[in-house]
Amino acid sequence: MTEKTMPLWEVFIRSRTGLSHRHCGSLHAPDAEMALQAARDVYTRRGEGLSIWVVPSSAITASDPQDKDALFEPTASKIYRHPTFYEVPEEVGHM
Amino acid sequence: MYAQALNVAEKAHADDPELRARFQHRVDAEEKIEPNDWMPEGYRRTLVRQISQHAHSEIVGMLPEGNWITRAPSLKRKAALLAKVQDEGGHGLYLYSAAETLGVSREELVEQLLTGKAKYSSIFNYPTPSWADMGMIGWLVDGAAIMNQIPLCRCSYGPYARAMIRICKEESFHQRQGYEIVMTLAKGSPAQKKMAQDSLNRWWWPALMMFGPSDRDSQHSDQNMAWKIKRFSNDDLRQKFIDATVPQGHFLGLTFPDPDLRLNAVTGHWEHGPIDWSEFNRVVRGEGPCNRERLKARQKAHDEGAWVREAALAHAEKRAARKAAAKIAAE
Repeated sequence: MTEKTMPLWEVFIRSRTGLSHRHCGSLHAPDAEMALQAARDVYTRRGEGLSIWVVPSSAITASDPQDKDALFEPTASKIYRHPTFYEVPEEVGHM
Repeated sequence: MYAQALNVAEKAHADDPELRARFQHRVDAEEKIEPNDWMPEGYRRTLVRQISQHAHSEIVGMLPEGNWITRAPSLKRKAALLAKVQDEGGHGLYLYSAAETLGVSREELVEQLLTGKAKYSSIFNYPTPSWADMGMIGWLVDGAAIMNQIPLCRCSYGPYARAMIRICKEESFHQRQGYEIVMTLAKGSPAQKKMAQDSLNRWWWPALMMFGPSDRDSQHSDQNMAWKIKRFSNDDLRQKFIDATVPQGHFLGLTFPDPDLRLNAVTGHWEHGPIDWSEFNRVVRGEGPCNRERLKARQKAHDEGAWVREAALAHAEKRAARKAAAKIAAE
């Protein structure tokens, strides 16, 4: 291929319900402005959102799937982090 | 998508039996496989082929309908058809993005389509000579696509499954707008009714072929089932489509071009006559009515868009350079 490749962008959209921006897909575009325009054209055709973020994919640092156990396994044994670990007498009512 | 920049080629372990077993265990447990996870090379290859063919089908699928946008019979129909064709462009994008997470570039995928190395759904190699064909494509072709695609929402590969969920939501609009077009014609003048019937006669068999060869002749099925890329067999999906569609056609007073079509009162299924697989094979080989025209149109669009892509990149580079220069000057 003689053509230069278009950079890749990740698209995040805040839905109307007031939730945080959520990843919804990706696209290729030459710059941020056009990435935003393309994201608007492709990912919000049916009122899906009120705000868009586009982020160059190359700017994302992700955890390595091989580290999954080391990173996330230790929380499994820490059941005292959950409210159900603690006993509250019924007479006290909802807490 | 999903930071595939981090993808590490792990070809050294490609056929490690222990890794394969662990992979299969995850698939069996209905865990989703994500881009950076280890996967067998065959799984990766199969997905790249299937997802990219699917993406190409969406893009080539814009052509037979694009043919009618300027000639739609009313502003309402024109707006709806335009929206549908835009959706298909979007579907192509979601699918290309999913394929790219497997380590193949968009440029390679486009090249595979244009050189004829990659296939797309044969159904788009049929012509659309009448307005009724717009209805028939929505009702039958998108209807068949939905049957195929709903199980793909549970595909073991995460990015593909997520793309399919978005696509299925939008396909429902496509099928309903198609059925409404056919219904309007079927309830119209005798000439309009004839137009609808003629279109059904041309599209019915190709639509049935969309599900692919019979299970008896399909090579890839078992492995793809085990990998949970595929959930139902070609014949099962075809039967589901026929059972759903035949009553919808009869409701409109249309007849299907199959003298053997009959309801089996015991099984509750509509039984159909033999499918002409020689026609299917001919179209797959590139000898369908519109194969050359479709690829020519894609090539033309690609060539004529080249200057736009180049200009946009040059503009982005120039602006980035100016911004950098201004920053240095300010410091």
